[in-house]
Amino acid sequence: MSIIELTKVSKEFNGKNTTLAVEDISLSIKEGEFFCILGPSGCGKTTLLNLMGGFDVPSKGTVSVGGKLIKQPNTNYISVFQQYGLLPWRNVIDNVRLGLEIGGLSYQEQIETTKHYLSLVGLEKVQDKAINELSGGMKQRVAIARALAVKPKILLMDEPFGALDEMTRLKLEKELLRIWKQENVTIVFVTHNIDDAIYLSDRIAIMGNNPGNLKEIIDVSIARPRDITSSEADSIKKRIFELFDIS
Amino acid sequence: MPHVLKKIIYPIVAFLLLLALWQGVIEITGVKTSLLPGPLDVLAALTDVVESGVLFEHALASLFRVAMGFLLATIFAVPLGLLMGTRKFLHITLDPILQGIRTISPISWIPLAILWFGIGDKPAIFIIFITAFFPILLSTALSIRHVDPLLLRVGTNFGATQKQLLFKIILPAVTPYIVIGLKISLGVSWIIVVAAEMVGMSSGLGYMILDARNFLRTDLIIAGMFVIGIIGFTLDRLLTLIEVQVKRIFSFQD
Repeated sequence: MSIIELTKVSKEFNGKNTTLAVEDISLSIKEGEFFCILGPSGCGKTTLLNLMGGFDVPSKGTVSVGGKLIKQPNTNYISVFQQYGLLPWRNVIDNVRLGLEIGGLSYQEQIETTKHYLSLVGLEKVQDKAINELSGGMKQRVAIARALAVKPKILLMDEPFGALDEMTRLKLEKELLRIWKQENVTIVFVTHNIDDAIYLSDRIAIMGNNPGNLKEIIDVSIARPRDITSSEADSIKKRIFELFDIS
Repeated sequence: MPHVLKKIIYPIVAFLLLLALWQGVIEITGVKTSLLPGPLDVLAALTDVVESGVLFEHALASLFRVAMGFLLATIFAVPLGLLMGTRKFLHITLDPILQGIRTISPISWIPLAILWFGIGDKPAIFIIFITAFFPILLSTALSIRHVDPLLLRVGTNFGATQKQLLFKIILPAVTPYIVIGLKISLGVSWIIVVAAEMVGMSSGLGYMILDARNFLRTDLIIAGMFVIGIIGFTLDRLLTLIEVQVKRIFSFQD
């Protein structure tokens, strides 16, 4: 069953010159799916994610979640950003608590839920630390715990591990898959890293440039845990290379 | 020598050398003490006004005016600044006018202040209010620009209302900037209060200095100036301590 539905979506930005960021994109994302949007810089990946998050409205076409048109951000679909978006004046636990606090839960309930998600991302030991004492990987764990704490149906992740070193990134991706299974959440994951897309996704939307458009949607039907060096992964990689004209 | 000790001892040595230079100028030029009294004369005058309680009275008058004017300015300027910073329409409308008014020396408000409020503390408090109001207002309005838009998006994503955004995200983000603005304004207020008291008041450190000139008490003039400097320095250090604490609490990084 599809949870996110994009129908003939175009988005223009009106500045000095009008630029067409994405053009005529239709796709549907299934409930519980791990869906990657893969493409080069400037292909409108982030624009697409912002439209799904309700931070922006399409110039043409419609974006709906669960059959309802998206007009504004909502706790059903939480965004996770490359730059974390943590409040530096709050410690770890108070950052994770933020969404619950805004939602008006009692302090007791906030703490209980927060502790559950802190242990889910393996941060229960650093709950009282200040944000600027954490490594990048830990910061992103905090942001993920904070997002999950409000029990969203969808996580919209915009190159969430793009600022991390390779080792930390691979480790976090493995954990993200575990969390995804455990929490039964739909994930839309924007990246420009081909290996990441193959390792993580059920399906990959391949996007092209000028203006941003959808080239193809590739099924990745490799059993998990995946080996990125396997021949199955390789053949998908070859197909992606062809699409990007780099084979 | 440890660094902390250097930071205390070096300035003290420099200060003593300055006093020696001062005395030296008097010895060499033979200038009359009624024009330039020596450090010891000034110390005597200072002891005199301290013991008679005159200094305390005037200093208290100046400090009271600054405190009241500064407090009132803060109470009005911070909320207004936040409003101006968050409402683009208000900023576009008011900014040029405020920038214009800001360039008018607060001292030039004294005639009006006296006409409107008569004599006593009120006109002085009004002058300090004017002095502190505009810088606090403008720095607060400007501080809003330092709020990371990503944090606002996060708040909005979690369904925050305008009020929640203000209290949970905007205010904690701008408080360090507001405190910096307050510190600068307080420093200017202390400078202006002395000038205001020389023009239109009959108490305060500024008045004390002016009054001393009428009696050709140059020793007392310099003693008064010295006290103004000491108090101004102390106020600045006090606000710096607060600033450091606020920056620490809000994990502020320049």
